[in-house]
Amino acid sequence: MEILVLAKQVPETAEADLEITRDGADVEREDLVYTINEWDNYAVEEAVRLKEEHGGAVTVLTLGDEEAEDVLRRGLAMGCDQAIHLNDEAFLGSDPATVVRAMVKALGGRRFDLILCGVQSADQGQGQTGVLLAQALGLPYASLAVGLKLVEGGLVITRELEANTLEEVALPLPALVTVQSGLNQPRYVSIMGIRKVRGMAIEGHDAEGLDLAGQVGPEAACLAARRLSLPETGAGAEILSGSLEAVCARAAGIIREKGGLK
Amino acid sequence: MDFNLSREQRDIVRAAREFAQGEFPNRAAEFDREERFDLGIWRKACELGFVGTFLPEEYGGAGMGFLEHCLITEEFWAVDPGCGQSVLSTTFGAEMLALFASHEQKQHILPGLCEGKGILSTAITEPDAGSDPTQAVTTAELHGDEWVINGAKMFITNGTQCQNMVVFCVTDPDHPSRHQRHSFIWVEADRPGVTAKKLHGKLGIRANDTAELAFNEVRVPADHLVGVRGQGFNQVMELFNRARLHICAQAVGLARACLEDSVRHVKARVQFGQTLASFQGTQFKIAEMATRIRASRNLYYEAAWRSDQGKMDHALTAMAKWFSARTAVEAADEAVQMHGGYGYLDEYRVQRLYRDAKILEIYEGAKEVEKLIVARSVLG
Repeated sequence: MEILVLAKQVPETAEADLEITRDGADVEREDLVYTINEWDNYAVEEAVRLKEEHGGAVTVLTLGDEEAEDVLRRGLAMGCDQAIHLNDEAFLGSDPATVVRAMVKALGGRRFDLILCGVQSADQGQGQTGVLLAQALGLPYASLAVGLKLVEGGLVITRELEANTLEEVALPLPALVTVQSGLNQPRYVSIMGIRKVRGMAIEGHDAEGLDLAGQVGPEAACLAARRLSLPETGAGAEILSGSLEAVCARAAGIIREKGGLK
Repeated sequence: MDFNLSREQRDIVRAAREFAQGEFPNRAAEFDREERFDLGIWRKACELGFVGTFLPEEYGGAGMGFLEHCLITEEFWAVDPGCGQSVLSTTFGAEMLALFASHEQKQHILPGLCEGKGILSTAITEPDAGSDPTQAVTTAELHGDEWVINGAKMFITNGTQCQNMVVFCVTDPDHPSRHQRHSFIWVEADRPGVTAKKLHGKLGIRANDTAELAFNEVRVPADHLVGVRGQGFNQVMELFNRARLHICAQAVGLARACLEDSVRHVKARVQFGQTLASFQGTQFKIAEMATRIRASRNLYYEAAWRSDQGKMDHALTAMAKWFSARTAVEAADEAVQMHGGYGYLDEYRVQRLYRDAKILEIYEGAKEVEKLIVARSVLG
């Protein structure tokens, strides 16, 4: 089974104090630490598990600058077999449609039985790359997968809907599936995996090589970020202060008032 | 001059951090309180290749440098020193075996350390011989084709959990040089006459096993001599030259944890109508902590790099050891100070870090000994 996984490098923001740039269009990235997009990590794990169970090979693909190679190395260390890097600063700031156009060019007609990617990225959160790629390649797709089973003739995907509802859908292969967090328990990267990466080549593509010079990046995007803002503390927010006991008593009081504590 | 780690080294750092963050935090307080550790975590670390990376590939290691081992150590200690020590101290002494042991001895002991099947103890310190190991009086006498060992050892890491130990013994008591009277003898922990008693009530790194050992007419074959007879003291020095690098990494990891918790706390804690972070007094503490951590790290990176290049610099390693350990102790002190009353509670990690830090200035060369080494290199 030939599997392609899309993996994006994103800033770790859980513990970071985000600051908005002076032009208001981005966050200050200098002090941020970058890592694999959480959802994509589940996709990589799932791809490697499928390969381990059913044979075949896994290719991991990313689009980003030089540093983004780290997510490919991570994927290879986790068990992927090949890596493709759309490696050009010109790609940065592209909208999802442009990203997908570049991916399709880099894949150049290669065929995969299954394409997996995170349902969204932690930075932009548009949730479009997967479905647009399925569209571009003419593949059936399912989104928000929390379960994935290979069956005779295709896949059965368990999708996460609202209010704890799960939907089971069947689709033929080849197909594309976007993955929700919690699909599996991603493995730790091992030292053996890291050493294995030493001898592996990463396939690289830049915009010019793909005949996309001048057609990628923010200038080519059909949408542009105008302004980022941090949520303001509104009238509905109350910051409790005082001793720990006083804060707890007041918090319990509010929850009780609102009917949350009987 | 390139101060960047290689891509592979950065991969190692990330992998070690993820493992430690995934495995240590939920158990660390429990291990500290109960003075025990779950060896399942150690086995998992071995399966992932984090243990014994510095050992040659033919003996199960990754054939990497001490710098890589230090990078893993720093990340483990930055999450929890007790857990980090419990996982990585299991190879303590393997540095010396890799240098001096016979092929058969290495084959017997080293692969198990990397595979999670064996723990090694190195028994040097005695009740009356600490910083001066030449005062060790445990004896090993050659009777026919066997060594017969008698004596007692103190503060031995993993003493009750190891399968193999290497014991620093007097073998040549009449040699005119006190530096040529000792040898290392390999002893299987289950040999008759070996007893190990766990020491309780340690100030810090309480997850890690520390024991006192007694040897009563313990017999091992003559081929259990490690290296050359009478060269034990030199072997100790070679071991410490390498093992001290790990201590630097432990110290930097611990100090980083102090800084991380302090930054989080001072940004959130409001007093006199503003966050603690907005007070200049706090800012100075944070600035000093961050600077000392960076300086300590640069010192040990260079010391480890020189060691891996085969250009061991004893004085530099000693500088890195005392300075990084002092940095850790001071960082822990300031971290508790910035946390105020909360830092005095075991609910907060800084309380544990404060206790864990002190050992760094004591084991594998007290800071005074390190300074003597530095002074000797400067004054001649």
